[in-house]
Amino acid sequence: MSDHDHHDDGVSRRRVLECMTWAGTGVLWTISGGVPHSLGLVGSAAAAEPSGLTFLQISDSHVGFDKPANPNALGTLEEGINKIIAMPKKPSFMIHTGDITHLSKVAEFDNAERIISQAKLDVHYVPGEHDFIDEEVKLYKERYGKGTKGAGWYSFDASGVHFIGLVNVVDLKGGGLGNLGAEQLEWLEDDLKGKSKSTPIVVFAHIPLWTVYPQWGWGTEDGGRALEYLKGFGSVTVLNGHIHQVMQKVEGNVTFHTARSTAFPQPAPGTAPSPGPMKVADDKLRSMLGIASVNFKLGDQRLAIIDTPLQG
Amino acid sequence: MMTSATCRSLGFPSGFRCLGIRLAVAAAIVLPLGVIGAHAEDMKVTIDNFTFAPAELKVKVGDTVTWTNHDDIPHTVVSAGKFRSKTMDTDNDFSFTFTTAGDYKYFCSLHPHMTGMIKVE
Repeated sequence: MSDHDHHDDGVSRRRVLECMTWAGTGVLWTISGGVPHSLGLVGSAAAAEPSGLTFLQISDSHVGFDKPANPNALGTLEEGINKIIAMPKKPSFMIHTGDITHLSKVAEFDNAERIISQAKLDVHYVPGEHDFIDEEVKLYKERYGKGTKGAGWYSFDASGVHFIGLVNVVDLKGGGLGNLGAEQLEWLEDDLKGKSKSTPIVVFAHIPLWTVYPQWGWGTEDGGRALEYLKGFGSVTVLNGHIHQVMQKVEGNVTFHTARSTAFPQPAPGTAPSPGPMKVADDKLRSMLGIASVNFKLGDQRLAIIDTPLQG
Repeated sequence: MMTSATCRSLGFPSGFRCLGIRLAVAAAIVLPLGVIGAHAEDMKVTIDNFTFAPAELKVKVGDTVTWTNHDDIPHTVVSAGKFRSKTMDTDNDFSFTFTTAGDYKYFCSLHPHMTGMIKVE
């Protein structure tokens, strides 16, 4: 954050957005009894040894991408995985919020698997739109669809936390945003039935479930319906990818968070003609790529998300 | 006249048969010129910055429209129940020939906020 001064008079909306988006090492925050508290920058908080459940989020690997914004997306994915391998406390597992590949090619899925498996962690995937563009739309489901419903949604429990992986990248309608669809929403309502309201919930999907910037399609048409079902739960965390930058929002009991890509950055909303890959100086690229680590301390319902860039 | 000269040079006798052929020849000459003159440039839709340009294109029945993706991100062209392209990576294109008049709304199935229209008359 040292590049930005929030106390400047007349700071523009765009500059605030930039601050929010490109915060160097990320922001650590916590929820206690459903009320969010910012704990400030990660630098100070990261020193505290995490206890409880820790898992990782990686996103938007885009294996196969080789354009100027990053000619070696596989290489930067490997750098991210190496950061995970080097962590002092081994996380319980990893989630991948989609766009594993760039063009859904067999070799891209193979290469992604070869690198990600080096972390030696269970990985819970949800697909991005780039994982469903092989002609028969079968490669993702063959590899990651076992035990899932519909286009690949599912839930599981870990350390008292209920995790729900949703798919919002199929059957998209012209002029619309991401889409969950009636069948998936029905399943979600059913999945949450009978769950104690004190159960911490983590929902993860590729496209943001909240409306980030509809002009660029950054939102989910029927995401609000999913959030209806999550009302009343004390702690709900929504983890997304797709927009290749860190953004956070807290609304009532729900905390929204998007992770960086390991492949290429995308511009902050409205700051470029399109959301396409953003070419930055070579020595700046790795400060805009990264991974996220999430820690729950059960009992005091504390949740912390730490975004770590590949460099800087 | 050009057409009569053509008719004579082909060795046809004057009369009804030749008139028929003369008309056909005339049509063959005039129609392609008309198409090239009025539509050749307009028959292309380009994709730059997640946008179809032109957003709306008027064509005639029988015309072929070609979409070309110039972005670093793949796109598709889909008109529900009418046509669906494969995924176009950078600089790939897709063509579709319109055989029925009507309004064809289309969008990119990966980025559905991208929409366009082909009006076929």
